[in-house]
Amino acid sequence: MNNWLTAPILIPLLGGVLQIFMSYAPMQLRRTLALTTTILTLLAAIVLLGLADDGSYRVYALGNWQPPFGIMLVLDRLAALMLIVTAVLALFCHIYAFQKTDTQGPHFHTLFLFQLTGLNIAFLTGDLFNLFVAFEVLLIASYGLLLHGGGTTRTVAGLHYVVLNLIGSALFLFSVGMIYSVTGTLNMADLAVKVPQLSSENLPLVKTGGLLLLVVFGLKSAILPLCFWLPRAYSNATAPVAALFAVMTKVGIYAILRVYTLIFGENAGELAHLGMNWLFPTALFTLAIGVIGLLGSKKLKTMIAWQVIISVGTMLAAIGLTTPAGISAALFYLINTTWVVGGLFLLADLVSSQRGSADDRIVTAPKMRNNALLGTLFLISAVAAIGLPPLSGFFSKLLILQAATPGTEMVLLWSVILVGGFFTLIAYSHAGSIVFWRNSEGHIKHDGKLGLPVTLSTAGLVGLSLVIVALAGPINRYTEATAAQLNSPAGYTEVLQMPVVTESRR
Amino acid sequence: MSLALVVMLPFMGAVIAPQFAQAGRTAIAIASSVPSLVALMTLFPYWERLAGGNAVIQHVEWLPQIGLSLSFRLDGLALLFALLILVIGILIILYARYYLKKHENVGKFYSLLLLFQGAMLGIVLSNNLLLMLVFWELTSVVSFLLISFWNHKQDARRGARMALAITGGGGLALMAGVLLIGQIVGSYELEVVLAAGDQIRAHALYPITLALILVGAFTKSAQFPFHFWLPHAMQAPTPVSAYLHSATMVKAGIFLMARLYPALAGTEQWFYMVSFTGMITLLIGAYVAMFKHDLKGLLAHSTVSHLGLITLLFGMGTKLAAVAAVFHVVNHATFKASLFMAAGIIDHETGTRDMRRINGLWRYMPHTATLAMVAAASMAGVPLLNGFISKEMFFAEALELNLPGIWAYLPPLVATLAGIFAVAYSARFIHDVFFNGQPKNLPVFPPHEPPRYMKIPVEILVFACLAVGMFPAFSVGPLLFIAASATLGGEVPDYTLAVAHGFNLPLLMSFAAFSGGLVMYSQRQRFFDFHERFKEIDEKAVFESVVTWVGNLSERVTNKLENGSLQRYALLLFLTAFTVTLWPLTELGFSIGSNELSPVDYPSALGALVLIGAAIGTVVMHRQRLTSLILLSVVGLLVAVAFATFSAPDLALTQLSVEVVTIILLVLSLFYLPAQTPVETTAFTRWRDVGIALAAGIGMTLVTLALLTRPFSSISEFFLENSKPGGGGTNVVNVILVDFRGFDTLGEITVLAIAALGIYSMMKYTKLQAPATDRLGNPWSKDPHPTMLMQISRPLLPLALMVSVFIFLRGHNLPGGGFIAGLITAVALISQYIASGVDWSEQRVKTPYQIVVALGVAIATLTGVGSYAFGYPFLTSWFTYASLPVIGKFELATAMIFDLGVYLTVVGATLLALTSLGKLSDPSTKVSASHNEGGV
Repeated sequence: MNNWLTAPILIPLLGGVLQIFMSYAPMQLRRTLALTTTILTLLAAIVLLGLADDGSYRVYALGNWQPPFGIMLVLDRLAALMLIVTAVLALFCHIYAFQKTDTQGPHFHTLFLFQLTGLNIAFLTGDLFNLFVAFEVLLIASYGLLLHGGGTTRTVAGLHYVVLNLIGSALFLFSVGMIYSVTGTLNMADLAVKVPQLSSENLPLVKTGGLLLLVVFGLKSAILPLCFWLPRAYSNATAPVAALFAVMTKVGIYAILRVYTLIFGENAGELAHLGMNWLFPTALFTLAIGVIGLLGSKKLKTMIAWQVIISVGTMLAAIGLTTPAGISAALFYLINTTWVVGGLFLLADLVSSQRGSADDRIVTAPKMRNNALLGTLFLISAVAAIGLPPLSGFFSKLLILQAATPGTEMVLLWSVILVGGFFTLIAYSHAGSIVFWRNSEGHIKHDGKLGLPVTLSTAGLVGLSLVIVALAGPINRYTEATAAQLNSPAGYTEVLQMPVVTESRR
Repeated sequence: MSLALVVMLPFMGAVIAPQFAQAGRTAIAIASSVPSLVALMTLFPYWERLAGGNAVIQHVEWLPQIGLSLSFRLDGLALLFALLILVIGILIILYARYYLKKHENVGKFYSLLLLFQGAMLGIVLSNNLLLMLVFWELTSVVSFLLISFWNHKQDARRGARMALAITGGGGLALMAGVLLIGQIVGSYELEVVLAAGDQIRAHALYPITLALILVGAFTKSAQFPFHFWLPHAMQAPTPVSAYLHSATMVKAGIFLMARLYPALAGTEQWFYMVSFTGMITLLIGAYVAMFKHDLKGLLAHSTVSHLGLITLLFGMGTKLAAVAAVFHVVNHATFKASLFMAAGIIDHETGTRDMRRINGLWRYMPHTATLAMVAAASMAGVPLLNGFISKEMFFAEALELNLPGIWAYLPPLVATLAGIFAVAYSARFIHDVFFNGQPKNLPVFPPHEPPRYMKIPVEILVFACLAVGMFPAFSVGPLLFIAASATLGGEVPDYTLAVAHGFNLPLLMSFAAFSGGLVMYSQRQRFFDFHERFKEIDEKAVFESVVTWVGNLSERVTNKLENGSLQRYALLLFLTAFTVTLWPLTELGFSIGSNELSPVDYPSALGALVLIGAAIGTVVMHRQRLTSLILLSVVGLLVAVAFATFSAPDLALTQLSVEVVTIILLVLSLFYLPAQTPVETTAFTRWRDVGIALAAGIGMTLVTLALLTRPFSSISEFFLENSKPGGGGTNVVNVILVDFRGFDTLGEITVLAIAALGIYSMMKYTKLQAPATDRLGNPWSKDPHPTMLMQISRPLLPLALMVSVFIFLRGHNLPGGGFIAGLITAVALISQYIASGVDWSEQRVKTPYQIVVALGVAIATLTGVGSYAFGYPFLTSWFTYASLPVIGKFELATAMIFDLGVYLTVVGATLLALTSLGKLSDPSTKVSASHNEGGV
């Protein structure tokens, strides 16, 4: 067994604990340690990506208990992809926080690193109940981060977020209970084996559980009608937190991909593609409501929050096609949108810091100190978000459109995505031209000087769009391989035969 | 890859050229023209091969999975356009050197201009439709930035956004169209697509494909009904108008039609869609141009009209018409670019472009006037100029078009009418500007000739007009031939390029157009008066109001849905859960499995009744917060009893201690909240919520009934069997927690730690005002720490600690464990806080609870990491038996260390959370102090 599999979980966990011990240490030292932790997490993710790319499954039996009895971690291409997307995003967000965010309240770094722990557990675990635990870890950490910095609006939006997610957690437990009561197992590979063998009298229970689970994941990924908590929560969070949260909805999407390809995938017999008939139409409506929200936004950060919902809709629509091509396209899009939206959140914060009382509202204000730089970054990230060439958004959109097969499905998908894209274009050009070009006389007294960390991290995250274009070939090969791997879950269930470390007293 | 180099050169230039901005305008202009010159030199050697009718294709794979390759194609058509782009590009760069003022951001300007040039070259040289699409949208984005170059002007910003919306939107349609072609043909490579014309035309998707691609072409080339963006794009600096909006970008749509001509043309759909669109555009543009007082406005509408003419020619579908179309592309580019430059010079020298004010410039700038008049004459179609030749060809083709019945007259009539308008507005351009009396109120007076070099680009283009007009076969003959051959896919019809084809019907039409146009111009006042009667539509304002309307509508919809009400969102969540589970639940129905229902005994029934009563009571009494809290604790305690009854002592113990801690926590928070919840809901919503709650309850009951009555075989048997031999403990629950599923526990204590830290962080800077009295208005007790309570609680502490140590140690084999022990310790410590106050307690507990929490998580994690050293995976446990005198044989297990971590985390987290809440304000001192003061 390869201990590297635990690295993305243990590094941020121990790093986070260390931060608590260092509560009274000088800020500079804490920052150095925190950044080191995040960098190490990224390195671990890179190592795992290298491992996963050979296409085999790697299993790690925690406590050396033979699956399905103990909890196992499973590394496959999808898990590695999610790890790396998260780690890269986190690194930039973390650097950004060094400007001032981490001094706005205690324990920022701890919460940030625990958040990473939770995310990484979710991506690596091969156990349904442990996924619940992972969700709890990342939920509670995200709640702490959401409230970081204080303020009434932040607290109210955060409260909505946490209450809804607690209801979600309860539903998660219900559904896990229903599934466990009949299948008698929590291990996802084992479930994949047991679900097709269900007797017809037990089928409705698992079906109910499976569909309830979809609701929970839908809440996490913010699909219509469960998305309305998101805009306020995200747009009111501090910038690096909001940017990091760009990956939070993707956890829900990851869970959908994992559970509904493995447990309720092709081979699930009666329950094959459970709930997927709901997914496609819902996703299209989500996309549409995202565009409407974007058009109606009066602030940059709200706009970007709705952009998150648009990307959720786009990805799930592609996944709802239930073809390998659709999944591959969705994953390509996921990489692009996570980083770009993260960059946009950081950028919006820089903009608002230079506009005094105008903040990030889309209104006339005195010219920003770094208008040209911020404007250029906005242009790049908007082009990437809308999906215009030559940036990564275009390629991912192209992949999604190509994934549809001719028929009603194609007509719906194409028209919603393309018409949506058109309105996004209008909204971004409108907002951008007001914020960056329509300037009033006068100047702002305390215009935020762009420090090195914030400039570097924002530009870096936005610039990743270009990196994706440059590496489009390899990335696409990887996502295609990932989709293929997801589509043949037989390999995943073989992990049950994995031997534990012998020569043991057992 | 020399073709890729040609495309890349301007992009590289866009990065390099701005570095010369500091060195002055001349330096940057020279630097900017280098890419064009190098590109021209690179293309030169290909001429021989192309003259033979071959196409050069260079191909590098990029994303084969989606059919996107870096493949470039140079054939006659591509060469013709590339030459236009490069040559006019150089002229524009030179011209802009004098047009831009010193203080302007020349670096940005040239950089964008070069970006545009690169994108445009990309379009015409792409051999892959997806690659072409990339460059296509890139031109839209760059043109947006160029139009809004003077972004402090509102008109410029609006014009730019409108252009972006239309052309960018059209690009999306084109994207769909191109993807459909890919679906039909199976490739995006041009040589495959062009060869598959019959397959495409016969395909069921052909009409929609064609329509989408044409929308792309029409938006870019400003065809009706998308033509309105072009005149508003004239807010751009004049070099941009000359380059993008007359010579190159607006020709991209035309280029697309020419490029895909072999694949798409030749059907009725093509004919009707393209030719009628062209016809309408031709007429509308020409008509409106006459009434524009703005020089550039006139030229812009004339451009629209000429683009319509070219479109109409392509639409006609005959080979000769296509040749004429390609020819007119060249002619229009030359005369229109020079006219724009002349207009720019006039604007530059007089400070205005209003033709009602600039009159009689002949006296002030005869050189410029001569150039402009020649170009305008070409625009009108005066013989011996290039505009004449292609227009004659157009007239001839209009006559050839055999529409059924009376419709046959339509094309020639439209052509002649448009010709009349063209002559009229050209005459106006010449007469109004250079003659017609004296200038009126010019901002700059008197006007002068511009700098010498500013006129050179105009001179070169005007010379080209003359050369083509007089020696067409010699000057453009070969180029036109290979371009036409590439457009038509090989066969070029017989045609002769000549100054005149003798006396024939087209010449007659030209004559009619001339005399008609001159008459019309002489009677212009009447037309102006007639035109005045119609309200002019400002498309920009319409566009703005549409955008605003859409924005407001969206905002209203958003506010309706996303109204910030938690109740609403929760309702949606529940309804969604119902909706998706409704069907499987009906399938399930009232299902009882094969296990018999167990008999009901009286104590259980009583307990259940009390439980139900307390639960209902909690809901009913929820406005009386304290009462409801007490009822809630009854629920919790009964659940603990139930656990105990159904032989789950561990759960019972846990539930009991958790209940205690939770209730204390809630009481602490209630202190700051109003004692009563105000009524904020209507009767309807309450009953609605009752309904939802009932539905949820019934659903859960059905599910629980079904799942508890089914025979159950699960992994738990493994746990029962292996607990002792594998985990070293007989208490299976504890072994599951610390061993089998220790990772879950590690996660959960992390959750606890985070929660406590979160509460601490949230409360640290929050200070709340404690209420002065209780809810009935009574003052708080003056004695916050009653002696009795203190006296009882203090001796309780060591006892309680001993109990928790006991519970902890026996946990592995008997009910107990770190979690429960931790809670017991926490409760014991909290009672000290309650009895003796925060200050007293904190003086005695020196370790900050955060550190305790961290220690707990660290110990648990590091215990797990320890197994690496022995070659076992994370969290593998180890145990052995040891014996000591007196105590006897006992077990040593790593799981115990792990459990110690759990214990510490629980103690630390509970106390950190509770003390954070307790310290929100300091009621024990402040409130009682104020009362004392008040009382004494």
